[in-house]
Amino acid sequence: MRSTAISRRDFVKNTTGLVIGFSLFGSRLHSAGLGEQSGFNGSPLPTVLDSWLVVGSDGIITVFTSKVDLGTGVLTALSQVMAEELEVSFERIHMITGDTAQTIDQSQTSGSRTLHKAGPQLRQAAAAGRHELLKLASVRLDVPVEKLTVNDGIVSVVDNPSTSISYWKLLGGKRFDVTITATGTAAEMRVAPEITPKDPKDYKIVGTSIPRIDLPAKFTGEFMYSQDVRIPGMLHGRAIRPEHSIARLVSVDEGSIKDIPGIVKVVKEDHFVGIVATTEWSAIRASQALNVVWSEPEAKLPASRDDLYSYLKETKPFKEQSVANRGDFDSALARSSRVFEATYHWPFHMHGMIGPSCAVADVRDGKATVWAGSQGTHRTRKAVADLLRVPENNVRIVYAEGSGCYGRLCADDVAEDAALMSRAVGKPVRVQWMRHEEHAWEPKGTAQLMTVRAGVDQQGNIAAWDFTDRYFPYTAGPGIPLLASTQTGLKPNSPGFPGNGYEYGTTGSGDVYAFENQRINCPVIPWIQNAMSHLRTCNLRAPGAVGRTFASESFIDEVAFHTGVDPVQFRLRSPRNEQRTSEVLLAAAKQAGWVERTSPSPANGNSNKCIGRGVAISDRDGAIVAAVVEVEVEKSTGKVKVTRVTVAHDCGLIANPDGLKNQIEGNVVQGVSRTLFEEVQFDENGVTNKDWNSYQTIRFEDIPEIEIVLIDRPELGFLGAGEASIIPVPSAIANAVFDATGARVRDIPLTSERVLSALQRRESRI
Amino acid sequence: MSRISLTVNGKARTIDVDPSTPLLYVLRNEFQLNGPKFGCGMSQCGACTILSEGRTVRSCSVSVSSMQNRKVTTLEGLGGSAHPGFLQSAFVKEQAAQCGYCTNGMIMTTQALLDRNANPSEAEIKQALNANLCRCGTHVRIVRAVKRAAQERNQTGRI
Repeated sequence: MRSTAISRRDFVKNTTGLVIGFSLFGSRLHSAGLGEQSGFNGSPLPTVLDSWLVVGSDGIITVFTSKVDLGTGVLTALSQVMAEELEVSFERIHMITGDTAQTIDQSQTSGSRTLHKAGPQLRQAAAAGRHELLKLASVRLDVPVEKLTVNDGIVSVVDNPSTSISYWKLLGGKRFDVTITATGTAAEMRVAPEITPKDPKDYKIVGTSIPRIDLPAKFTGEFMYSQDVRIPGMLHGRAIRPEHSIARLVSVDEGSIKDIPGIVKVVKEDHFVGIVATTEWSAIRASQALNVVWSEPEAKLPASRDDLYSYLKETKPFKEQSVANRGDFDSALARSSRVFEATYHWPFHMHGMIGPSCAVADVRDGKATVWAGSQGTHRTRKAVADLLRVPENNVRIVYAEGSGCYGRLCADDVAEDAALMSRAVGKPVRVQWMRHEEHAWEPKGTAQLMTVRAGVDQQGNIAAWDFTDRYFPYTAGPGIPLLASTQTGLKPNSPGFPGNGYEYGTTGSGDVYAFENQRINCPVIPWIQNAMSHLRTCNLRAPGAVGRTFASESFIDEVAFHTGVDPVQFRLRSPRNEQRTSEVLLAAAKQAGWVERTSPSPANGNSNKCIGRGVAISDRDGAIVAAVVEVEVEKSTGKVKVTRVTVAHDCGLIANPDGLKNQIEGNVVQGVSRTLFEEVQFDENGVTNKDWNSYQTIRFEDIPEIEIVLIDRPELGFLGAGEASIIPVPSAIANAVFDATGARVRDIPLTSERVLSALQRRESRI
Repeated sequence: MSRISLTVNGKARTIDVDPSTPLLYVLRNEFQLNGPKFGCGMSQCGACTILSEGRTVRSCSVSVSSMQNRKVTTLEGLGGSAHPGFLQSAFVKEQAAQCGYCTNGMIMTTQALLDRNANPSEAEIKQALNANLCRCGTHVRIVRAVKRAAQERNQTGRI
């Protein structure tokens, strides 16, 4: 699909005079670029250069990628990479993203890997394109390639600039018809490795704060979110689901909605029930009124938070993950002068997407087109094809951005809902979940139970480190059938609960330090029941690492306190990546005005309002972050207010400094929110906080000042920035609360009640 | 079904509709105005905010029949990419969004604020926006954009 590039120089003239391009759905739904191979759902080949980019006769270069913008601005950054490598101005780049008919599967958009992994793939495709265009120009101008130079797509002769030809004259509208090297698949694909890309020191576009291409249209209502996709003849659907976990359908009383106008069909497919209506309001009313009886769920959820952690503690893991076993922990512990141990609790968290999941499906004659905000449209294609029992090539998924998701959400589930209902009525159907459905059924970030033990030698250094994180696997995610699939007969791939091979990783377990004797285990505990429930789990921003770092970096602070060392100095003793980690940590400390001393702060005396500071560091896939947090704690109530957060951030080569700052600010704010306010509440009958009043997230009144120090390391390439800076935030806050009050809280969220109770216990001894 | 007449972004509109339909669905599905967004349906998040006669209205939670003969302004009524409103321009200049789904509510709520208080303090801005939720964490930029918008509007007299 080609979309329209709209020039709005007046709109943004005070910034850069940027040309804005954005996808307009519905304009040419079934047209395609030259990258498409054939058929309804082409499978573009990575070895064909035309699959990656097309030079239009209008001077627009269209780039095809399965990577999508989840609202982070990464498409702007990728466009910068392409413009840079092709030697064209930024405005000439137009991206087609996440359309299974037109884009190569470079893996889903997740894990801060878009610039890290797909960036080099696209850069190499662009380098190959420039290489071919220069060859064509060399022939046309009869000048060797070495004598040619490119400026904004105009190839000219070095000594004779008047002899020139543009990319679009050379190739406009025609195919390259060139084969390139591409080995491996998805994120690990290597594209045209033999082509030498530009040296980062010559970058003119990468590394500049080009404004986001998507934002102007988002501020006027002209941007087309998945929620805004409308196609002719479209009807509205809503699914009706059992109370807290997938159950068998017993009966549906269609008479219960006979007075609601506009009902097209009550869709019953095995144990799936949905309503299709002519208007959205009729579908909503009917979904609330329809009397459906489900079988009793086979298993109950844990009845309480305490039950949950007991279960995590006592249940045999189905997978032991010993990720580090260096030295001899037991002997080192036995030799230690002092031994410390503490246990930390991390709750289930919601992604809390502001716009509930939405998809439009058009299923006719055994073929399906679905518009959805999926992180991985190729993955969604397989799910929908399996659901409809049609070949994958009969399904086309077109990405349409949803609201910021921060992990796998229900874009895939709702795509299935829409596809089932569309097939049932033979017309396009739009489905948007309601708020209570999103809160209840979105896959959550797992609860974690973490225990840390350390032995300290006579010099006060940590000589032995033992970290255990007990958590659940992803019970929603790749390889696990979605809700509608499950309801229409596909069973979870038992023992798929547990175990599709996707878990919450191991980073943040103290691995930022190189202790001589270090043991890290992350045992995966089977989920409690073999059925989809409100407490199904999947990736949530820096999956697992945020909770583990809360434990490990709180614990480091506890040891620093007990050994009487300044928390920054203590961390400088043994970082694994010494030079970069130290630089990041010192940069944050300097910017924050950190004064060397031990915690707790001596300045608060008997005052009710206590001020404290805390620090934490993290290293995830090479992106190193330090956060210094300042808090005010009201002793009489236990209320914590985060007043200032300073972040120093090294994620290698920086593509777009302002875009990166936007990401970091968002990470910090979300980190503060998850630390102070958020916890999924549940009982044996399901999630109980199904709206924003009961699942509180941060509001303007609680937003801290944020200061950011960026450290650019072009020589390292892109390392990923989508998630790195949320990781140290919770522990830095907990450490600041300790600094302010001497009270250590080891449970998230740091609610007033918990802080107050810790204050009352004065539990500063480990 | 009832016949409802209202003025939307300066245009008179009449539709036959189930009178209990929340205004949001009429704006979006009948008039193709995508600015207001469905977020919660319970007046909790602010994504659906519109203006009616100078006041913010959570369009997910008022029936269209209650808007009979009333004037309604949506995000589209503040400007489009050809002629953006001063707030929309300020949001671009401050790059004050990530996913942007909540932005409709931020801009509409701010418009109402600045119409009654041309020079709000930071505390007043935060207070005005406190019932608008943003999950991406762009609050700092939103506050900056509001300050910029107020300043530029006062300097240029733009509406």
